[in-house]
Amino acid sequence: VSFDSFGDFIAMGGHAPYVWPAYAVTFAVLLGNVLLPLARLRRRLDDAAAHADADDDGGER
Amino acid sequence: VKWPQWLHRLGTPRHFFAMTTPAVPWLAVASVLLLGTGSVWGLAFAPPDYQQGNSFRIMYVHVPAAIVASHCYVMMAVAGLVLLVWRIKLSDLVIRAAAPIGASITALALFSGAVWGRPTWGAWWVWDARTTSVVVQLFLYFGVIALRHAFAEDARYGADDRGGRAAAVLCLVGAVNIPIIKYSVDWWLTLHQTSTFRLTEAPSMPPEMYLPLLVNVLGFYCVFALALILALRADIVLHERRTQWLRDYSATRGAGVAAAAAGGSR
Repeated sequence: VSFDSFGDFIAMGGHAPYVWPAYAVTFAVLLGNVLLPLARLRRRLDDAAAHADADDDGGER
Repeated sequence: VKWPQWLHRLGTPRHFFAMTTPAVPWLAVASVLLLGTGSVWGLAFAPPDYQQGNSFRIMYVHVPAAIVASHCYVMMAVAGLVLLVWRIKLSDLVIRAAAPIGASITALALFSGAVWGRPTWGAWWVWDARTTSVVVQLFLYFGVIALRHAFAEDARYGADDRGGRAAAVLCLVGAVNIPIIKYSVDWWLTLHQTSTFRLTEAPSMPPEMYLPLLVNVLGFYCVFALALILALRADIVLHERRTQWLRDYSATRGAGVAAAAAGGSR
């Protein structure tokens, strides 16, 4: 480990205001890129299953 | 040219859907493991840079984002070529699904670069050759998204594919920006540092700084593949919802969920 204590790790040698937001925003955007299409996929599969018997396709979502 | 059968099948939405089903959980696990390992390694264990101190740790999210953002555009250019030459409908879906992902990752590279630039260059933003060409890339992504959506969409990929072809042309034309981004740090000796990460050369860093970066680059590729596959699957479901195979799939999926809820094994 290149830090002496957990406090030192959090402080990042004074660069905490730059390092931590960079990581936080990165992981938030990556997570969104996975979760949004996953939610879209599930919703559309549910729609397809709900309208599987009907001739109508239930509209586009 | 005789293409292998699996390649033909991969170009068909139905088979692409079937072939990517088992890949999703593996990509999710690989993404979490790689990004977790690489980030903890880079944040806590890699030694501080002798000039930049700890701000250099932003590199472990900045460089992978920049690499994947550019490679996403290259992939869209290839998909555009495939669409224009062979009219393979999946490539239109690929461009449409990849463009927002690529735009968001390009924005990430710009954001982490700005946040890294403040303590290192003394400015949030500098119109350096590299930063400028990456801003151009962001607007190319916006252009592809806007162009693709500017044309009325057909319910199935079929008849009216003007939007797809227009977007494909912009993908191909915009690809000239890729070598400009790549070599901008060599052609114009401005502020952005030159490449520190090349597959073909020995790295300019010691392994304890370099290996976490390699792990995070692989992790970013896995997240990108996962996001793209999920977005494509969602679009395929939308376009194929009237077909029998999709109705069968969605029905069995519902049955599987019901069985699992009733205590049955998956």
